[in-house]
Parts: sequence; structure tokens; C-alpha cells
Amino acid sequence: MATKIKKVILYIALILLCVICLIPFYMMMVNATRSSKQILAGFSMIPGTSIAANYKFLSSYVNLLQGMWNSVKVAVPATLLNAYFSALTAYALAIYKFKGRNVIFYVIVIFMMIPGQLSLIGFYNLCSKLKLIDSYIPLIIPAIAAPGTVFFLRQYVMSVLSPSLLEAARIDGAGELRIFHRIVLPIMGPGIATMAIGGFIGNWNSYLIPMILLNTPSKFTLPVQVASLNAVQDISNNRGAAYLALAISVIPVIVVFCFCSRWIISSITAGGVKE
Amino acid sequence: MASTTAKKNKLKNKDYVGVIMIIPFVVVFCIFSIYPVLRTLRLSFTNYKGYGDATFNGLDNYIRCLTDKFFWRALWNTIKMWGVNIILQLGLAFLLTIVFSDIKYKIKGLPVFRVIYYLPNLIAVTTVAILFSSLLDRSYGSVNQLLVHSGITKTPIDWLGKTSITPYVVSVIQTWMWFGNSFIMLMASVQGINNDYFEAAAIDGAGRWTVFGKITLPLIKPILLYVSITSLIGGLQLFDLPYLMCGGTVGNPAGSTQTVIMYLYKFGFETWQTGYASAVAYVLFLLVLIVSLIQFKVGGKED
Repeated sequence: MATKIKKVILYIALILLCVICLIPFYMMMVNATRSSKQILAGFSMIPGTSIAANYKFLSSYVNLLQGMWNSVKVAVPATLLNAYFSALTAYALAIYKFKGRNVIFYVIVIFMMIPGQLSLIGFYNLCSKLKLIDSYIPLIIPAIAAPGTVFFLRQYVMSVLSPSLLEAARIDGAGELRIFHRIVLPIMGPGIATMAIGGFIGNWNSYLIPMILLNTPSKFTLPVQVASLNAVQDISNNRGAAYLALAISVIPVIVVFCFCSRWIISSITAGGVKE
Repeated sequence: MASTTAKKNKLKNKDYVGVIMIIPFVVVFCIFSIYPVLRTLRLSFTNYKGYGDATFNGLDNYIRCLTDKFFWRALWNTIKMWGVNIILQLGLAFLLTIVFSDIKYKIKGLPVFRVIYYLPNLIAVTTVAILFSSLLDRSYGSVNQLLVHSGITKTPIDWLGKTSITPYVVSVIQTWMWFGNSFIMLMASVQGINNDYFEAAAIDGAGRWTVFGKITLPLIKPILLYVSITSLIGGLQLFDLPYLMCGGTVGNPAGSTQTVIMYLYKFGFETWQTGYASAVAYVLFLLVLIVSLIQFKVGGKED
């Protein structure tokens, strides 16, 4: 009985936490449908009718679809490169005993502590020397070498991969790269999925580096575009339109989320090798 | 005995494959990570202004940084905002992991809860920042409208204009954004634990806390270490949220939300004192390095 009451209390607390997570989005959605005047007058939980007017006002200033497409062009290739090459590197560092692998591992650990923003100035300097300012290349290619992801996946592969499985595959005569692609990658799946989703979000959310590197408004990724809207006085005065811009910027993320969350769950619960 | 040696030799012969596998990583790493870091180091000893020639000026930038009270203020602001955030964030994530991995309560609906807790982390920080600065607006923000209307407070609260409140508002928003992420990391590693351990423990009649302390905790420790290190590094780089919510690199009100990266950005990309900003980056890096190494040593020693 006591367990049951405790259980109910736990559920209530968990649901309350859900409400806290969702309420700001609900407020945003409601405000996006109300006129500026209504928003200034007071808050309401009931949606208004000004969404079309807000959209018309907004689209005369900015093309958010363009920003979304730009973000896709950056985040998707960066995520794929990050997931594949991090898994490959992590596996190589965990399994093969070549000379200097410890040195590389220590360099990785140290560089986890020097992330993009601390070497920002050198990075910007490099990009301007290579004439890569206003280009997507410096936003995509560095994803191949992500120390944090490699570190996590190295720990992960060592805890989920049983050496006996590799030996069995070798005895069967499978090539090393084939072993990696056919056996190791699926086993590392849950870990890779967690990191890839994190990486994708990091990329999609990334603001500072794209803001510094991109100058042409038509090349702005979504976060840079949304942030630049804040500076447009007309839009920040029209609060309904401002909320609508935020709401629109959230839509693709929600769509990806519906697709990804299923993937997170299936891959996380997929499990590893059972003896 | 002889067969194990043979196996080891067989593995050893394949070790060159490992070298080939890490080549793409190493090449990109050298260009986009190591070079910028070394370049920043070089610039930190010069008076480079973003263009033209750089003149060597020794340790001037470092001395200026370490004696600038505004640098220390920015560092303190950053640590304060991170500290409050990490306690709330990891505490909450850890609590949720305990609840959901509990063998007695068997809480259902993890997929749904996990998805909802994770939602705030999916939204771009820029969107979150602008959303909250609208919602928390002193006179017209929905939060104050709700609070005053429902009688919880008599006068609107100046969420973003009080040095005693605003930094913590930023911390709480950070927690709101990140606790789901930490929770997924911890929970994923709990689920990665071989079920046999739990079954064996159940057969032996081990209690809930014994299982948690003896099986779950030791096995998720590497992930816990990883989450706390990355959070520290992420936290010391705090930029987007206060930059967009608190009036750019100034860090309103009265510089109370100016983080180290905002300070660095101000010199690196607004006033173009590139050399000085590089030195600031290095001072911050050394601090991060020291703290991380301590964390790593402490975390790794107990094994």
C-alpha cells in the first residue's frame, strides 16, 4: 500500500516536470496566434486569430525556410561524418594496439578541454587565410574529428564489445574493415545514436561559429537568422510576429524529433552482445 | 598457453589496420583543431588587430588579462552560473535515473517521459533565449502577466534587470535545457548494463539500494564522469544564452551576466584586439585544463 502511494506521488512529480518542459512552448504557440495588442494586454491560454496577419508581417522581412534549408545543408553532413568517423576512430583506439595510440588518446582527452570556442580566434584566422569565410566547409569538415564523441565511443565500445566476438569473426576469415562495418557498428549502435543525436542538435543549435563565419544573410543558418530578427525593430515591436518566427523555427525540430525519438528508443534498447 | 600467444600474434599483425582507420581523424584534427589552437597561442603574444602585421609583445596580454578586474568578474559570473546549473541539472538527471531504474517501483512510460524531458534540449539556444526574454519581459512578458493576474506576486518581477536574480534565471534556463540530455546519457548507460547482473542480483535477493550501489553506480561511472566533464567545459563556454538575453557582450544588468566567452568575443570580434582576446582564451583554457585534470584524476582513481 505504502509502495502504491509512493508510486502515485512519483508519477505526479514526473508529470509535473513534463508540464514545466512544455509550458514555455505552449505559451509561444498561443502568443504566435495573437496580435501584438492582445499580447501586451495580458496573457491568455486560448489561441487568438491573428496568425495569418502575423505571418504576412513576418514574411515581408525574412525567409525562414531559406534558413532552415541552410541549417539542413550544414547539420546533416556534419552529423553523418561525425558519427561514422568517430566510431571508426574510437574502435581503432580501443581494439588495435599500435604504437602511439596512448599518445593520441591523451591528446584527445586534452583537446576535449579545448573546444571550438577557445580556439575561436585561431579558427577564424585559419578560415580567413584559406578564404573559407562565408562558406559552409569550416562548419562541416571539422565534424570528422570530434574528440568528445571519440572519447565517449571508446569507453562505450570497450564496455559493450566482447573480444570473443571479434576473434570468432577473424577465425571465420572476415576482413578487419568488414568486421567493423558488419559486427562492431551495429553493436555500437545505441552509443552512436546517442552521440549522433547530440551532435545533430549541437550543430543545428550552433550559433557562435556560424555567426562569426557567415556574412551573407541568404547563407545564414536558422539560429543566426532568428537571432538577427531580434535586431529588427519592427519585428521585436510586433510581438505576435516575433513569437511566430520562434514557433516556425521550432517546427522542423519537432518533426525531426518525432522521427528521431522512435530511433533513440529502439537503438538504445537494442542492447549489446549477450553471452 | 601456446594458443593464447598465437592469438595475440595474430591480432598484433592486424594492428596496422588501426593506424589506417584513424588517418582521417588525425588529418582533420591537425588542420581544424591543432592548428587553430597553436595559432591562437602565437597570436596571444602579439598585438595583432585582425589585419596587417602582428608585433611580438611578450607577456603583456597575459598580464593585462590577469590584472583586469572585469576578466575576473566575467570568470566569477561564469562559474556562478555554471555551478548553480550543474547542481540542479545533474541532481535532477541522477534522481530521474534512480527513479526509472528502480527495480521495485517499475515506473512505466520511460519512452514518453524521456522524449518530453529531452524536448527543451532540441530547441536552438537562440530560440530559447529570445523566447524567454519575451516571456520574462518585465511589463509585457507572459510570466509576469500570469503571476500578477493570479495574485502570486503583487508587482511584476524584473527577471532580466536585477543583478541578484538574472544570473540565476540564466542558470535555471540552462538546467531546463540540459537535464533531459544528462538523463538520457545516464539512463542509456544503465540500460546498456547486461541484464544478467540484475537477474543474478534478484536471485540472490539483493535489495534496491544494494543493486544500485553495487551494480548500477559502478557500471555507469564512466558515463557520469563523461557527463560532468563535458558539462564543465560547456558551462565555462557559456555564451549564446546570456549574449542574446542580456543585451550582447555587455551582460546586463551591470555586467552581472557577462561570461568569459562574452568578454573574449568583445575583444576578439567587436573591438578587434585579437592578440589580447587570444591571451584571454589561453588563460581560460589553462583554468579548464587544471579543473578537468583534477576531475579526471579524482574520478578515475576510485576504480
